[in-house]
Amino acid sequence: MSFVGRMAWRDSRASRRRLLAYSLSVVLGIAALVAIGSFTANLRRAIAVESKGLLGADLSVTGAAPLSPAVAAAIAAEGGRQAQERMFSSMMTFPTAGGALRLVQVRAMAGAFPFYGEFVTDPAGAVAALRRGGPVVVLEPTLLEQFKVRVGDTVKLGRTNFTVVGSVRKIAGESAAVGLLAPRAFIPLSALPGTGLSGVGALARDRVMVALPPGRAVDGVVRDLRERFRGVRLSFDTVAERQREMGRALTDIDGFLSLVGFVALFLGGIGVASALQVYARQKVATVAVLRCLGASARQSFAVYLVQGGALGVVGAVAGAALGVGVQTVLPLAVKGVLPFPIDFFIAWPEVARGMGAGVVICLLFALLPLLAVRRVPPLAALRSAAAEPAGMGPDPWRVVIWLAIGLAVAGFAVVQTGSLRVGLGFAGMLGLGFGTLAGLARGVAWAARRFVPRGWPYVVRQGFANLHRPNNRTVLLLVALGLGTFLVLTLFLARTTLLREVVGTGGGDRPDLLFFDIQDDQIGPLNALLRAQGAPVREQAPIVNLKLLALRGEPVEELLKEQGPERTAQTPRAPRRSRAGTPGQRIPAWTLRREYRATFRGGLTDTERVVRGAFSGRADPAAGPVPISIEESLADDLQLKVGDELEWDVAGLPMMTRVTSVRAVEWRRLSPNFYVVFPMGALDDAPRTYVAAVRAGAPADSARVQQAVVRAFPNVTAIDLAVLVETIDSIFSKVAFAIEFMALFTVATGVIVLTSTVLTGRFQRVRETVLLRTLGASRRQIGRIQFVEYGVLGLLAGGVGVALAVAANALLARFVFHADAAAPPAQLATAALGVTVLTLAAGLWSNRGIADHPPLEVLRSET
Amino acid sequence: MLRVDRLTKTYVTAAGPLTVLRETSFELAAGATLAIVGPSGSGKTTLLGLCAGLDRASGGTIELAGAELGGLDEDARARVRNAHVGFVFQNFQLIPTLTALENVVVPLELRGERECEAAGRALLERVGLGARGDHYPVQLSGGEQQRVALARAFVNRPKILFCDEPTGNLDGETSEAMVELIFELNRERGTTLVLVTHDGELARRCQRRLRLKGGTVVADERTEAR
Repeated sequence: MSFVGRMAWRDSRASRRRLLAYSLSVVLGIAALVAIGSFTANLRRAIAVESKGLLGADLSVTGAAPLSPAVAAAIAAEGGRQAQERMFSSMMTFPTAGGALRLVQVRAMAGAFPFYGEFVTDPAGAVAALRRGGPVVVLEPTLLEQFKVRVGDTVKLGRTNFTVVGSVRKIAGESAAVGLLAPRAFIPLSALPGTGLSGVGALARDRVMVALPPGRAVDGVVRDLRERFRGVRLSFDTVAERQREMGRALTDIDGFLSLVGFVALFLGGIGVASALQVYARQKVATVAVLRCLGASARQSFAVYLVQGGALGVVGAVAGAALGVGVQTVLPLAVKGVLPFPIDFFIAWPEVARGMGAGVVICLLFALLPLLAVRRVPPLAALRSAAAEPAGMGPDPWRVVIWLAIGLAVAGFAVVQTGSLRVGLGFAGMLGLGFGTLAGLARGVAWAARRFVPRGWPYVVRQGFANLHRPNNRTVLLLVALGLGTFLVLTLFLARTTLLREVVGTGGGDRPDLLFFDIQDDQIGPLNALLRAQGAPVREQAPIVNLKLLALRGEPVEELLKEQGPERTAQTPRAPRRSRAGTPGQRIPAWTLRREYRATFRGGLTDTERVVRGAFSGRADPAAGPVPISIEESLADDLQLKVGDELEWDVAGLPMMTRVTSVRAVEWRRLSPNFYVVFPMGALDDAPRTYVAAVRAGAPADSARVQQAVVRAFPNVTAIDLAVLVETIDSIFSKVAFAIEFMALFTVATGVIVLTSTVLTGRFQRVRETVLLRTLGASRRQIGRIQFVEYGVLGLLAGGVGVALAVAANALLARFVFHADAAAPPAQLATAALGVTVLTLAAGLWSNRGIADHPPLEVLRSET
Repeated sequence: MLRVDRLTKTYVTAAGPLTVLRETSFELAAGATLAIVGPSGSGKTTLLGLCAGLDRASGGTIELAGAELGGLDEDARARVRNAHVGFVFQNFQLIPTLTALENVVVPLELRGERECEAAGRALLERVGLGARGDHYPVQLSGGEQQRVALARAFVNRPKILFCDEPTGNLDGETSEAMVELIFELNRERGTTLVLVTHDGELARRCQRRLRLKGGTVVADERTEAR
């Protein structure tokens, strides 16, 4: 073994326990990273499985009924498990309600759909009965409530009397796109011919659901089918598509968990740097002697670098083991807490990644304090004052190490968040926090030297003096405590922001019933009726049906001709030039052909915000093009910019409009949202219907409200959002759990790192405390001196950390989560106070025992 | 062995430059013994540190064992120390994490020598601590620690030994034994000896005494060594 290796080993003998204690922060950092990485992998897989449940299959292909034999054969040839469904609307007769009629959505199914997720009915046996075939039906629960139908009763569809075998509680694959138009009625596909209803017509759809064989990628299948059936209007739905439909919730969670991992490791790095700074200072005498005896600066440095590296490796292994351990015991620890089952597995790539990142970060952060070892002059063996040589100038290697740390942190942040912009934003915010805290610390030390009045009591002056005297830890503690507070609190605030967003999205207060097709003269009486039923209208909006006539002066028909025949319902953008659009991009045909349901109002709702231009709330149609607002994804599809003109067909009359704003709409909020919003004054005379959203509450209340409305206004269609709400609730509860769990884990790491940072100061303060004791200082006096010092440090670190966290959270909310930043004052005050108390407690505890033992005994054992 | 020419050391302080050593010159032949004496703050330790290559001079030159220290960088000076210099410090300066034997052999290990334990044990035997090789510094008395430091100082067969108040932390009896040991080893090995001391008796045992006051040599006394 070389001298460096031997010396590193021997020198560590007396400090191994201490080094192990130092490695605790990095152990926890890496453990958090590994556990979070592994748990995230677990969670992602679970969510992926759940997401499959959102569709119920890998792929769903929908087309006009009946599907052509060629299409059906091509899908059948893909193999795997398949199920078929025909969907159409029809009237159902309810003999239990005196032969009342209700429009229902008939779902004639064959096969064991869903393949992922559940088909839950009440009673549970209804699914099996449905799959066995025969004249049986499973109905929407609201139908049972509304028409007093019980299991075993009969309903009539076409010519066939169906026996009600149960009600549907939940079926995987159902979402707003599928189940909202009318209450559903599931019947066996084999029973359809007997009804006399062919289920073939303009609105009928055939759907084939496929669980692909292992190894077959869904994207490839979709591509193949699209290529083969270019002329056929097929729509393809995949899990990825459904996940997109779920909104940004999952993406937010991914981003959040990545942030947690990043924070955990950075905290570990801070812990290592602060501990090694103290360690390096303790080693000055040894290094000076080595230098006297002929060791080069490089050799001395290498001795401690080896120790730092070993610390990193030991920390990485122990951290990985702890992280894996946490993973292994998690199922027991969180049994009954988890809202959905997760198969726990060790994600080895995450373990390796955590260990690798941990060693690199640990080494880089270790290098920073250890660089000082290179500059310990041999003269320090003769004069301790020479240990901090004056006039040597800044160490260029420090700049190099800082750059390397900056690059590593930024690189790690970019990798963790998967976004260059967000990653650099995190790193930049950390840099800003670091700079602010370091500057503040220097300012505090300067102020403590200059401005503490001589008239203050001795213990107070001494406490303040500790902030600026040689060997003070003001910069280190303020930076470590402040950054720790900043990072941990940022997590808390981000969590609050996300949870508030989730609760704001739904929670116990969102609408659960939507009423459509309300005529102009019905909206007033309907409002009155709903108020009387205890379910007042939360939101209502007029709906005017429009068709697009021309885009930027070019008639839609011309555009469609130029673009060629429509290939599928979800045509991918082809490299084709359009006069109206951006060269090389194609405008989806459906956006030109569809009938738009627009609204008009004077302002924005709380589920939308303007991203470009300015919203116009009032217009005079006689004064030129009407200013309108377009939803941003539609603006992208139509390749619209602010200022572009569109001509619409409004009940047969042309109307020229100009885009004056583009809005981002939170579609995941269950509110009446629109692609196109007109100002007041433009569509006032156009024929319109209304949509109204109410919250009915329990299923019985919902049924009562629906019955009352349908009885009074037979033309009004009610859409029960309870099932959809339940699905979204379930997903958000999972999300909320993940956020809580991860944040708590990292907070625990942060608290331990902060505590250990203060505790390492013990070795620096022992000599002076003992000296004060020798000179007759009482325990109380020593305690008060420390109280002042740590109190000031804690207050400042807490205050600045809180301020930085509020700023960071505001940026995160704005640029990452796209939500309103939450900064509850109580949480902020608790954080600032908590850090102060923690710092005080750790500082006072770090001096435990010193005042209780004879000074010489303490000096011998501690130094 | 040691040639010092117009050596000056000035520190830059907040209150302005502070010269602690002025235009000091002397030469020392191989095997000679020199005591640097003077009141506190007279520049004794500064002169010792400069001569041993532990610090850089502000002016003048030092030639140690044929090497002009001013022209060497830190690592080159470290090599010179390792090859030619031994040290004994007032506060012993043993590395607390190493045993006595490990402390003694550090200079040899720094040279990359493999089999150095025997040499270390022999020297520990020579200073009367043969049985204490595996003890850590905290397990040794002050006198014992200084003897370990002396063994370490001689282990690389230095051409010159620098001692900074070698008996400053020892009681009378122990310090007498220590001084005997230093001079015995000095004689045995033909080592040049430079020591800083307040102890007049110890200084008188050297062939030459350089008396400093306010950073300047005020007397250069020579006697025959006893």
